Amino acid sequence: MRQFDRRLAYHFDWLLLVLTLLIIGGGLATIFSASEARVHTGFVHNPLVMRQALYAGVGLLGMGAIVLLDYRRLERYAYVVYAATLLLVLVVPFVGSVGGGARRWINLGPISIQPSEMIKVSLVIALARYFHRSRATGDVRFIDVIPAFVLLAVPSALILAQPDLGTVGILAIVAFSVLFCAGLRIRVFVMLAAVAALAVPLLWGHLKPYQQQRVQTFLSPEMDPLGAGYHVIQSKIAIGSGELWGKGFLRGTQNKLNFIPEQHTDFIFSVFAEEWGFAGAFVLLGLYAALVLRGLMVAYRAKDRFGALLTFGVVAIVFWQVVINVGMTSGILPVVGITLPFFSYGGSSLTTMMVAVGLMINVNMRRFLF
Amino acid sequence: MTSPLLGGRREMPNEFRRRLGFALALAVALFGLTFVRLWHLQVSSGDEYRSLSEHNRIRLKRVRATRGTIFDRNGDIIVDNRPSFDLVLVPEDAHDVPAVIAALTRLLGPEVGDLSATVAAARNRPAFEDVVLVRDLDWERIVKIETHQFELPGVSVQVGPRRTYPFGQMAAHLLGYVGEVSPQEREQRRGYHLGDLIGKAGAERYWEEYLRGVDGGQQVEVDAVGRKLRVLSEVDETPGNGLVLTIDRDLQQTAEAAMSDHDGAVVVLDVRTGAILAMVSRPAFDPNVFARGIRLAEWKALVDDKKRPLNSKAVQGTYPPGSTYKVVMAAAALEEGVITPFTTIFCGGGLFFGNRTFRCWRSQGHGSVNVHEALVRSCDVFFYQVGQRLGVDTIAEYSHRFGLGAATGIALEHESGGIIPSSAWKRQRFGEPWYPGETLSIAIGQGYVTTTPLQMASVMATIANGGIVYRPKFVKRVERTDGTTVLEEQPEVVRDAGFKKSTLLQIRDALSDVVNSKRGTGSNARLPGIEVGGKTGTAQASRAGGDKTSQKKWSREKRDHAWFIAFAPVESPEIALAVLAEHSGEHGGTAAAPIARKVLARYFGIPDGDEAALQRTAGFVPLHDQYGAAISLAALREPYSGDDHDHDR
Repeated sequence: MRQFDRRLAYHFDWLLLVLTLLIIGGGLATIFSASEARVHTGFVHNPLVMRQALYAGVGLLGMGAIVLLDYRRLERYAYVVYAATLLLVLVVPFVGSVGGGARRWINLGPISIQPSEMIKVSLVIALARYFHRSRATGDVRFIDVIPAFVLLAVPSALILAQPDLGTVGILAIVAFSVLFCAGLRIRVFVMLAAVAALAVPLLWGHLKPYQQQRVQTFLSPEMDPLGAGYHVIQSKIAIGSGELWGKGFLRGTQNKLNFIPEQHTDFIFSVFAEEWGFAGAFVLLGLYAALVLRGLMVAYRAKDRFGALLTFGVVAIVFWQVVINVGMTSGILPVVGITLPFFSYGGSSLTTMMVAVGLMINVNMRRFLF
Repeated sequence: MTSPLLGGRREMPNEFRRRLGFALALAVALFGLTFVRLWHLQVSSGDEYRSLSEHNRIRLKRVRATRGTIFDRNGDIIVDNRPSFDLVLVPEDAHDVPAVIAALTRLLGPEVGDLSATVAAARNRPAFEDVVLVRDLDWERIVKIETHQFELPGVSVQVGPRRTYPFGQMAAHLLGYVGEVSPQEREQRRGYHLGDLIGKAGAERYWEEYLRGVDGGQQVEVDAVGRKLRVLSEVDETPGNGLVLTIDRDLQQTAEAAMSDHDGAVVVLDVRTGAILAMVSRPAFDPNVFARGIRLAEWKALVDDKKRPLNSKAVQGTYPPGSTYKVVMAAAALEEGVITPFTTIFCGGGLFFGNRTFRCWRSQGHGSVNVHEALVRSCDVFFYQVGQRLGVDTIAEYSHRFGLGAATGIALEHESGGIIPSSAWKRQRFGEPWYPGETLSIAIGQGYVTTTPLQMASVMATIANGGIVYRPKFVKRVERTDGTTVLEEQPEVVRDAGFKKSTLLQIRDALSDVVNSKRGTGSNARLPGIEVGGKTGTAQASRAGGDKTSQKKWSREKRDHAWFIAFAPVESPEIALAVLAEHSGEHGGTAAAPIARKVLARYFGIPDGDEAALQRTAGFVPLHDQYGAAISLAALREPYSGDDHDHDR
């Protein structure tokens, strides 16, 4: 593709871009609110806000770059991308820095990157490539699942060792979503789900109490196993006390008094919902829902398997993270360390997810080209 | 499905569209559920949560786990916990913190220290977390707080376990101490909160993971001034595991008492396992001072003390071994064959070598002596000659076989390995070649050679047990509070030094005569009914020689160290020990041997003439009877000689 086709510009999906930017903007404001009570710097000097804005800028550049590249070219190099990300995950134990009791980051001077965020998208790319070329797609039998399972298992094992069970959970649920969409036989799907559902409590029962506690600490490494329940109570109080219209921007008392843990990352939704109330939460979740529905539409209209599965996988990442994060902050799901995409503070997550949106836009605008 | 006209392009099968429909339905349903949940929280019960947030009254109280008890080998408690009443403030509940602090200071008096500084130090923590203002309140002050409760919102008295060392300084260096966790420690290890206690030294530090236990906690609802209304949920604490040491408290106390006002160290080992039965280092410190929170002045006094009470002289102190090193020399010489038991050397009171005379401690000389006589009477000239025949590198090799020149690997921090010089060592350290004259100093345990008391006790144990070097251990078992075993420490063989039986018997025979013959230098360690073997040593701490009476006038750092290393019974050895009287300015035979005798007497249950000791030992079963039969020299050697045959093949 030497010359840029003018039809491409015409079909550029502004809706996806605008939805993403709106969510990111809300995130920046909330990160500011979550940290201002402690740093008192004002918006433009707030270190977290400025970093996140910078990452958003980097993400926008990455998005632009990925849009220009034909995604079918990516299909050819899918495994290379996957292997490169895997390599980054692999070196974390050796060069990684520790935070919150886990080794997850690679330090590169002023910034640090978190390869476990990138592997989510790389895994989707690799799975899309596998099912694109697989004869079985449309009617996937158990035997065809095995290569996909290997693609999932290798990074999962590495990330489990960090330890970061939350990310492994997301990887697994996203991989199963893609498998389902690729046409996994319902019987096999039900069987795998049943095995998983049976294995977990069975394994759990066999664990020694101290092992169970270790797993619980795995689930929420940043938190005291004893304090976790307390934090959920405080998070529920924060969300609930927002009532219909919220306490107003920068006026969340739960947030200011430090009752909410991990205010700018895992529990940022509590800060937002306290200040903006049900109305604000409705709008925010509405934006996510619109993003997800638009993504599904892009997948539906895609002209090839790779594009469709790729888009579907990215949608799955966003969807599951939103549902699980809101579920855990509002106290209906256990606390696992999962962030709110585009909204929580975190450079690797933000830039990777923006590039992923770029992929969706890419798939969408090239649906007329062939 | 894939049209060949379209090349590699693969369309989605129809099944995909159907499944997308399903995914769409699922997404709509889950988003819908989320909305319902938020509606329930924010709109249906929003006002409840609003009022909860306005008077946020749910607090998390940590219930600190009780630290594991430490027992001696017979199950006697040597480190315990007792309740401590701490004054605690929750800034959020106090509302007006400066006013509450002022009221407290008025009530408790200035002795409790600057409370506002303590609060200021905790500024960056959430306002609803406890700040401990004063630890271990006395009864009078507790009553004052309780009666003025209503004037002191946010203030409460909490009961928590406090570490206590009922025997004060006893075995302080081995037991170690606890202190508040430092910011660095909190970064390195997970799960510690500000103000938590952590083992800082000794067994408390090394066995931290086992001793610590798991904290419990309560979620409580409190009233406007922070008093507990009800407990919402509770997690029980899990107390730490108990530690059973190999230390025998009676023997330890005997050794501590025997040191009287000497500085230095005593190490007593079971030669059959490497277990430490007693370990003393003097001067010592009181770990209780650390448990209550050491004051700056106290800390400075301990650190600035020239006698270094915080250092364990048994494992960190390095001293020239003096004549006790002749045991190593004799073993090397007999093994290498540079002498036979019958080789005699004439001692005329000195040896002229190079351009100077190396003197024997006995200026009139010992006449013609063989190795037996040379050990018994501690003849220097004999060993000067032996040293020359062996050469420094062979001496170093045998020293290493005994485990000298390297840390023993005991589970204590900052262990010293001492120095065993060799020609390579000197070239590396000073960039100079080894001078033959230096070998002579080495041969009598002076010059560059340094060892720790623990290493010398281990040398004695190796001679006594048939040539096995054990890793010294002081923990026998880790057990839960119900008495079940978590971990059992096993004896660990570091190496078989591989000495000939004849060599060991020769040396043991000589060491017996050191104590039991008329000519011996160690007669002060003689015990009725038990044959003790040992070796005296008097190590020069400074270049200046001089008789021992004049040394009393010298400054402390220049005075000689007195050594005595011993094992008993000679026929079937059970225990070995090393005594070091640091800078005592006396001979090993006069200063150190009597200390060894008292320890040995207690172990074997023999009255040693000392009135107090007679009373102490009355009615006691001799310790050696409790520990079972000794393993004979031959029995210990058997399995290892078998191995040697394998290597030969």
